[in-house]
Amino acid sequence: MTQLQARGLVKSYGPTPALRGITLDIDEGEIVAVTGPSGCGKSTLLHCLAGILRPDAGEVSWRGHRLDTWSEAARSRLRRTDFGVLFQFGQLVPELTAAENVALPLLLAGTGRRAARTAALTWLERLSVAECADVRPGEMSGGQQQRCATARALVTEPRVLFADEPTGALDTLAGEQVLTQLVRLAREHRTSVVLVTHEPRIAAYADREVVLRDGVIDHTGLGLDAPLAGGSR
Amino acid sequence: MSTPHLLLGLLATGTMHGYELKRAHDTRLPQARPLAFGQVYATLGRLLRDGLVASTGPERLAGPDRTAYTLTEQGRATLDQWLSSVEPPMPYVNSPLFAKVVVALLVADVDRARAYLVAQRRAHTERLRELTALKTAPSVTVDDIVAADYAIAHLDADLRWLHTTLDRVADWHREVHP
Repeated sequence: MTQLQARGLVKSYGPTPALRGITLDIDEGEIVAVTGPSGCGKSTLLHCLAGILRPDAGEVSWRGHRLDTWSEAARSRLRRTDFGVLFQFGQLVPELTAAENVALPLLLAGTGRRAARTAALTWLERLSVAECADVRPGEMSGGQQQRCATARALVTEPRVLFADEPTGALDTLAGEQVLTQLVRLAREHRTSVVLVTHEPRIAAYADREVVLRDGVIDHTGLGLDAPLAGGSR
Repeated sequence: MSTPHLLLGLLATGTMHGYELKRAHDTRLPQARPLAFGQVYATLGRLLRDGLVASTGPERLAGPDRTAYTLTEQGRATLDQWLSSVEPPMPYVNSPLFAKVVVALLVADVDRARAYLVAQRRAHTERLRELTALKTAPSVTVDDIVAADYAIAHLDADLRWLHTTLDRVADWHREVHP
């Protein structure tokens, strides 16, 4: 069943177009990789789908409701409940321990302190970083930090996880471990994932690949080809 | 790949029958090109002739295999020598993928070369996804992971080349057909 729909999304930064009419459906539990060369608009698409950015034109619908018309406060609320967001780095609050970081979204959503800590510990365990619970980010490896960030993105059990180059700052093995766990947990909880990456080997973890080029979809998955750009060195 | 050296390496772990060797090969090198029983016995015959392995038990004439093979001192020395020699890192650029794109540009046009690249990209992506599913399956062994990693790294490199070349096809065609 389609959960998230984008229709004719257009977004520019000043005179520079980033998205030039993107139409895309994301089903429940589906893992979709958004790929393409640098500057093709993949991060902008993720930000529009997650309600972080408002498109200049077009629609984003979440379970049939027009997300792009909501207030910033309403979209922000959605990101604390149904949407989880995971970036490349710099997401954990340095002054807080891993458990406190992971518990944060639950506390913001009104969960009691004790229940939030219990849930945080469960998710740290699921991501194999239980030993980091009382450690601050500065004392963890990059891989451990990213697992904690993943736990924090999943602790509210979102219906969609938006992950922008989630393994981009990690070495191959650490990146693979984070991604394997992320995908396994997403499948177990039927969480949809929008995974932005420029790496084919990362996109291979997804059910489907959407390739962007100059702000439009180049071709989808394995079947549908669009005209190819070319001729520049 | 050198099947004789591979069999010597497997025999270095202990004496084995031909059938056990074949099984050990398939376990240690999952995803490898299939190794036929006939090839195992033919290779063992040559290793035996050259004194690199010794046989114990009756010769295999017909019926069940009762001959066991063991590594000789000479066999161990040959194996050590092989393990010590560095493989030449890509001495020639001669992959069928590369050759096909060159020929497509020579005999056809930009669109033909590009169509081939797109189709090949799709096939590579599909295989990459299959191998990723294989290595993330719950029952996976380290043998499977290491073999899949090797294939994934090479497919990934091919895909990067395909993407870059897709962008260069028009310029390349102008160079080939000035």
